[in-house]
Amino acid sequence: MIRVAVQAAAIDVGAELDLHDAGGHGASASFIGRVRGDGGLVELFLEHHPVMTEAGLGDLAHAASDRWKLAALTLIHRVGAMAPADTIVLVLASSPHRSEALAACEFLIDRLKTDVMLWKRETFGDGRVAWVEARAGDEVRAERWDQIPASSRT
Amino acid sequence: MALTISYFAWVRERMGVAEEVVELPVEVADLTALLAWLAARDARGALAFAEPQRIRVAIDGVMMRPGAPLAGAREVALFPPVTGG
Repeated sequence: MIRVAVQAAAIDVGAELDLHDAGGHGASASFIGRVRGDGGLVELFLEHHPVMTEAGLGDLAHAASDRWKLAALTLIHRVGAMAPADTIVLVLASSPHRSEALAACEFLIDRLKTDVMLWKRETFGDGRVAWVEARAGDEVRAERWDQIPASSRT
Repeated sequence: MALTISYFAWVRERMGVAEEVVELPVEVADLTALLAWLAARDARGALAFAEPQRIRVAIDGVMMRPGAPLAGAREVALFPPVTGG
């Protein structure tokens, strides 16, 4: 089962895990990204593309399921205005064994940061508004997966 | 050639519109030339595309390299490097 979503509504992590793990998989790995309140941040706004953002998540999900033997995969990204501690992104990957679930989860969040059309804008308590700059380290982490043969990760 | 261009994040803010339809001169044949044409067109374009190396591009829903040709393109999206996750 592959479930991909781009949504303005809050991500219900418990409900998503129940849906994801309805079959009782051998191993499930998760990544939950949350809004940090660093530096007096009061709002994080996620801009997205009406078509390409969800298509990009779907492409990543299929790339992961081609690469590893996965029983289930959930990839949900929130968009719009969020407050500190809100969940921005949820990745769930399940497989009969842990290595595939863990590798797929890490691959998905690494690639999501560089391959999917999403942009963060921060608003701070003192009124400052700033678009988040992409980090070179994210590119390095994402490209690293091109160097790792799928067979060595399973 | 009529082309729909959509802008995102700070590129959209600097351009002042989310989308526009432009009539391109025939000599604007690839993405590099498109960014230069937009930068030369007006003050907003100059501000948005002062550093073309910071711009990422998708043509008809597919991410492309900066120098990709525009032949056959109907819709171009211009945006900064993505920052989701």
